[in-house]
Amino acid sequence: MLEIKGLRANIGENEILKGIDLTVNKGEIHAVMGPNGSGKSTLAQVIAGHPAYEVTAGSVTYDGQDLLDMEPEERAQAGIFLAFQYPVEIPGVTNAYFLRSAYNAVRKARGEEEVDPLEFLDVMEEKMKLVDMDPSMLNRSVNAGFSGGEKKRNEIVQLAVLNPRLAILDETDSGLDIDALRIVADGVNKLRTPEKSAIVVTHYQRLLNYIVPDFVHVLAGGRIVKSGGKELALELEEHGYDWIQNEQSAAGAGSRA
Amino acid sequence: MSTAIESLVNREYQYGFVTEVEADTIPRGLNEDVVRAIAAKKDEPEWMVEWRLKAYRRWLTMTEPHWPNVTYGPIDYQDMIYYSAPKSVKPLASLDEVDPELLRTYEKLGISLTEQKFLAGVAVDAIFDSVSVGTTFKEELGKQGIIFCSFGEAIQSHPDLVQKYLGTVVPHSDNFFAALNAAVFSDGSFCYVPKGVKCPMELSTYFRINAADTGQFERTLIVAEEGSSVSYLEGCTAPKRSGNQLHAAVVELVALDNASIKYSTVQNWYAGDAEGVGGIYNFVTKRGKCVGVNSKISWTQVETGSAITWKYPSVILQGDNSTGEFYSVAVVNNRQQADTGTKMIHIGKNTKSTIISKGISAGRGNNSYRGQVKVMPRATGARNYTQCDSMLIGNECGAHTFPYIEVQNDSAMVEHEASTSKIGEDQIFYCKQRGLNAEHAISIIVSGFCKEVFQNLPMEFAVEAQQLLGISLEGSVG
Repeated sequence: MLEIKGLRANIGENEILKGIDLTVNKGEIHAVMGPNGSGKSTLAQVIAGHPAYEVTAGSVTYDGQDLLDMEPEERAQAGIFLAFQYPVEIPGVTNAYFLRSAYNAVRKARGEEEVDPLEFLDVMEEKMKLVDMDPSMLNRSVNAGFSGGEKKRNEIVQLAVLNPRLAILDETDSGLDIDALRIVADGVNKLRTPEKSAIVVTHYQRLLNYIVPDFVHVLAGGRIVKSGGKELALELEEHGYDWIQNEQSAAGAGSRA
Repeated sequence: MSTAIESLVNREYQYGFVTEVEADTIPRGLNEDVVRAIAAKKDEPEWMVEWRLKAYRRWLTMTEPHWPNVTYGPIDYQDMIYYSAPKSVKPLASLDEVDPELLRTYEKLGISLTEQKFLAGVAVDAIFDSVSVGTTFKEELGKQGIIFCSFGEAIQSHPDLVQKYLGTVVPHSDNFFAALNAAVFSDGSFCYVPKGVKCPMELSTYFRINAADTGQFERTLIVAEEGSSVSYLEGCTAPKRSGNQLHAAVVELVALDNASIKYSTVQNWYAGDAEGVGGIYNFVTKRGKCVGVNSKISWTQVETGSAITWKYPSVILQGDNSTGEFYSVAVVNNRQQADTGTKMIHIGKNTKSTIISKGISAGRGNNSYRGQVKVMPRATGARNYTQCDSMLIGNECGAHTFPYIEVQNDSAMVEHEASTSKIGEDQIFYCKQRGLNAEHAISIIVSGFCKEVFQNLPMEFAVEAQQLLGISLEGSVG
């Protein structure tokens, strides 16, 4: 479904991603872990097409299409969804209006009928239950005045509404207490199908107790330095990121010898 | 600056076409003969001619104001045409007699003058260059005693009312452009709502400048008698031309005891091209007077067009407990300039005013809010709340705020809040990531920003305004 090869990306003069290779197949959940500044969020943003990042080398294909050649909205319409680490506030625009506009834009791109506000209300009601969201939030402005936890839950509501094929969760667990974390993770799990894939970007292992990945990749210094199964996350939790970095530099020293 | 904020500019101005009609035009230039000629065209009574001449003579002694925060080359008042009317417009017995070419023009603008086709609930007076082309629903309004007609017709048919109220809110000597208007105004709308009548439909005037090198000087007078209420809308468009054209209108509103007037404007005059060539100079004086107790005047404006906008719809709060409101969205893109705001003059006791101003600047546009809140010594218990928000799109535009607050009564409460924000790359990216394209993203973000103003527009207008805003800003972000 998603194939990343030799991906390098800069922000300004700084190279953040220094050659990423990653393949995500249908139905798989990949966790991307790593210390702060390792490039995890950059990878998420580059897949989604954030204009601040410049891709300098490599390729990303999604269902055989050149993803890097697509506008962010085209990527979204093709079924890629990014749950933001820092969801953006849009004052004065209600969640209901925003979500319906997004829902209709995606439907339109797929050649489906747009829905009117009443039909959309039915769609919403069901989705909001997934993350235990109060219906009154529909009439509040997008993320404006939301608590950190509400913002993250709102991202999952959007995820549920837009029903993407590839969901990227960028540190969705940060700022959530354990109850909220469970609610959000439950929501994500309920949306899981054999047809859909996800990339879960996280600093901590705890989210992966709830959203169990098929693969874990450790990112350090803009490269994937280690990949493994879900047990890798536990090892990381136990030994810390230094362990990988030490192992890396040891390996590096060894190869030079 | 990111590409996303750089590349989304300019859909064609869709109202920029010219209608080919034979025009009856007075030669260029301005002098007493021209003033008399305009009056003669309209077959005006002597008192009207005298009023015009008085204004003209006063105008000669005045100088064009240059305090607004806008720049433009000198205006040659002798190189302008002060009257142009489609030849086919004669006093008409019914709308069926209107030149089909003119009807087509309004159809193209989305305004149907054919009553049966027209949106129920809105009566329209269509002004084409210097004259009114037709007014719809007159008869129906007449049954309730409401007078809604062109200004020219009002002078003929209701001279007592016109004489009683003309110039009582904006005197002929008020300012340079108001004096010019008083001297040469050619048409406009007149509306009178009798005692106790709630006007059953929206009244609306659609202004269209068509002829080249012509100034449009219309005058609108609305009088709401005791206990009456009326909601009035105006819309404006003009063809694309490379020269600048002057639009210097005057609007006077009079609200008597317990009356209320709601006046909404969607201004979409041609704004000039991306380099600032052409466009309308929109130098307008709009003022309402809450003469009576508990009266209310509310201005809502969405200003998206014009090369330069210079207007301050104001309210004189004379009656005790009267209320003045000003809700404004002003958008500048490319090289547009706007210096707009309001004046709230509190004279009566317990008078209240609310000012909500939303300025949006994009391209190399320059937007200024200028507002005055004045509380006179007698205005015990006066209250004002002002909120003034600016949004910047891109790095080459400007936003300025000039609030003037003058309080002469210790019991008054005056609040002023201001904010400036920038449409962020992140907001746009967020919307795009949800499947919305850049235009759609901006229109959503901007309409959210303007929400408090749009809420005050009548329904159909709110939709139009929102679309217009999207169009005006197109190309401001990429």
